[in-house]
Amino acid sequence: MQVMRFASPGFVMQTPTTAPPRLHLQGITKRYPAVLANDRIDLKVDEGEIHALLGENGAGKSTLMKIVYGVVRPDAGSIEWEGTPVNIDSPAMARRLGIGMVFQHFSLFETLTVAENIALSIEPRVKPSVLAPRIRQISESYGLPVDPQRLVHSMSVGERQRVEIVRCLLQSPRLLIMDEPTSVLTPQAVAMLFETLRRLAAEKVSILYISHKLDEVRALCDSATVLRGGRVSGSAIPRNETNESLARMMVGADLQECRLTPRAAGEVRLELKSLTQASPDPFGTSLHQVDLAVRSGEIVGIAGVSGNGQKELLAAISGETRCTQADAIRIGDRSAGALDPAQRRQLGLSFVPEERLGRGAVPDLSLSDNALLTAYGAGMVGNGFIRGAACREFARETIRQFDVRCGSEQSVAKSLSGGNLQKFIVGREIRLAPRVMVVAQPTWGVDIGASQLIHQALIDLRDQGVAVLVISEELDELYAICDRMAVLAGGRLSPVRPTAELPVEQVGVLMTGATHAAA
Amino acid sequence: MPLLERVWPFQLERRPVPSRAMQFASPLIAAVAMLVTGFILFSALGKNPVAAFNVFFIEPVANAYGLGELLLKSTPLMLCAVGLTLGFRANVWNIGAEGQLIVGAIAGGGVALFAPALGVFTLPAMLLAGILGGMLWAAIAAWLRTQFHTSEILVTLMLVYIAKLGLSYLVHGPWRDPAGFNFPQSKSFDDSQILPLLFEGSRVNIAFIIAIALAVAAAIFVSRSFAGFRMRVAGLAPAAAAYAGYSDKRNIWLALLISGGCAGLAGISEVAGPIGMLSADISPGYGFAAIIVAFVGRLHPLGVILSSLLMSLLYLGGESAQIELQLPSSVTGLFQGVLLFYLLAADLFINFRLRKVKALVVPAATDPSATMNVKSTANAS
Repeated sequence: MQVMRFASPGFVMQTPTTAPPRLHLQGITKRYPAVLANDRIDLKVDEGEIHALLGENGAGKSTLMKIVYGVVRPDAGSIEWEGTPVNIDSPAMARRLGIGMVFQHFSLFETLTVAENIALSIEPRVKPSVLAPRIRQISESYGLPVDPQRLVHSMSVGERQRVEIVRCLLQSPRLLIMDEPTSVLTPQAVAMLFETLRRLAAEKVSILYISHKLDEVRALCDSATVLRGGRVSGSAIPRNETNESLARMMVGADLQECRLTPRAAGEVRLELKSLTQASPDPFGTSLHQVDLAVRSGEIVGIAGVSGNGQKELLAAISGETRCTQADAIRIGDRSAGALDPAQRRQLGLSFVPEERLGRGAVPDLSLSDNALLTAYGAGMVGNGFIRGAACREFARETIRQFDVRCGSEQSVAKSLSGGNLQKFIVGREIRLAPRVMVVAQPTWGVDIGASQLIHQALIDLRDQGVAVLVISEELDELYAICDRMAVLAGGRLSPVRPTAELPVEQVGVLMTGATHAAA
Repeated sequence: MPLLERVWPFQLERRPVPSRAMQFASPLIAAVAMLVTGFILFSALGKNPVAAFNVFFIEPVANAYGLGELLLKSTPLMLCAVGLTLGFRANVWNIGAEGQLIVGAIAGGGVALFAPALGVFTLPAMLLAGILGGMLWAAIAAWLRTQFHTSEILVTLMLVYIAKLGLSYLVHGPWRDPAGFNFPQSKSFDDSQILPLLFEGSRVNIAFIIAIALAVAAAIFVSRSFAGFRMRVAGLAPAAAAYAGYSDKRNIWLALLISGGCAGLAGISEVAGPIGMLSADISPGYGFAAIIVAFVGRLHPLGVILSSLLMSLLYLGGESAQIELQLPSSVTGLFQGVLLFYLLAADLFINFRLRKVKALVVPAATDPSATMNVKSTANAS
């Protein structure tokens, strides 16, 4: 490494026999105006170690990683890299040290090829054509098949993640940071990723693995540091722990499992009949012959990796895209294909979209105004004028019932954490007394406590006889709360089967679209 | 630390919540920065800046007549800007208020010139025709946008030039006053077709009161009505509006019809007010200046009342600068542009603030100069 040139012998305190830790953080503190994101955090990652960083959303994981990657500067504390104090002031500097990071949200240009994308971000500058053979070689040797000539927009999310990983590997990193890497992968792809990571670790690459999935951490990681509320709340050897004990460290309290008591489903409330619809987005996925019936008093889950038609299916159900045949969608006993979202709401459809900020809620408006957004039918408008008191009352009651942590009903939506905003949106939609409830990614980016509450609320809704449809990438979640399940892959929906009769392996196969060879 | 941070040890940091104080201070800062720029500009042109300021900003409003002129010129700006404000908040970018203003003037003026005597209903009929004319012009853009996804920015802008040429054709041709010595203008409106004045000895007329009333009504619409709320949601988060089932088409139609109608009203108020006839140039770009007025007024109807007065002063100052300082008329446009420029710059600080970059607390820090040469690799200390 270049760094070593500047490290005079005086700096190296360690004896030559034991290698210094690859990364050693001491007393890292970062204060944002509203919150102490990192409070005197210590973290040590050894050579070739897979180290998990566990914590709920808002625990300070992302801030800490941004500090290590040079995106954010700490207010206090020190960073030692292989025994040498360093001041990482930019991602470029981090990369020069040998730190690579695979972000949760990818930063690839869709209209460029893989090689072009990679050439843009690595130093020294190389032509994409020169890079291509190296990409091919690296990707093959690590079992990450990637074609350097392919355009990114044609690639699945899992493939894009491979590109990001290969991009890091090209720089021969000594520390690889992976932020929630499996949230977009099928179970099979997760297994492949783990193999790659274990191989890298065997080659003495250190890996910092950020996740909230406890099973994965226990399967993969050598050690774990748990953050809670910006502080280190514990460290553990994941193998020796149970999910419960790790969760307790993350949340600071015991968790109850939700229970799904068997119950006979009633009449069909939401029905899709061979719904076929071309996506308006040129990079979207068109829906082919989707058949689905959701009955009163059941939760139906739709599994699958995002980008397989989820967005299109949701828009078709909510009415944001209208259907060519009115009969393809029925809500209750009405043909709803031609109705707009407001009309479908009048038929008793409630809807929680995947994007919370900007779709489910208006970021810059208060919770009170965000109650008005969809609950306007609940006595909040009279003679065309807004009844402010009614909006505030509805918002306050939602906040109270669903334990939304916020300043007041006047707080703007974007000031809430993801979990709290989701509780507010779910609560708002539930309080509209729906006959059909559709929820997309109910707990995406939501902390464990809030997930629990949302799951329970959906189960309660089911027990009251509401027809509930949940679309999610999290298989654990679907298995926990669904009566029946199907998989959406390539715009086609597999037959809906009782959850108990659908093993995970089969879901994994279905997610790859294997049974839909025609797609 | 990179070199830049040694010279300028600050960085922009997002505020946790947008600063309300800055929201109000930003137009003031922009106005002050505009004045400072004006000071430098006048000095560079060899004018005594203090005297020039006096000519530009004080003299035009130093007497009752001048104040009347201030209100008079603020009227079309206020009318146009109130309408634009509602549209801009709803994410509908009507750039062509100037064209709607002209068509409003043509429609209302046409009623004055050709309609049979209507007695007391003459003026209301003219104003109504003006509003409908403006709406019609904006409706073209609304229809194209909702039907074919055509950008309303381009369509409204292009329609300005069509309106201008249309007016020019009318006053050069069919509507020209036969007794007008071939000037491109219609015959003068008679007294029953002219808006009543507010004060003897000034030219400000009842349209100013209408504009204020409209601004207040718009403020209520924006903050209290459900239709105003839907438009605001459409502007702040279009996806949320679609999700909640607010019609996108209705939003576009409403925004364009309101802003077109307001601009049309401004047009007819000008020709039925100080101008008193149709002529080839009835507006010195009020419709365009109103865009700046809307933004300086923080896209709030009540803010627009104040900002239209400021913009009106720039027009008056520009005129007196032409007469007394022999400066070109473009000095008005220059001040307008500079004002908007500074406003947009100052607005950055509503959501961001400057923060001093702190040196890191690294144990056993050495003399920073000694590590200068390794800055780009490792800041060993």
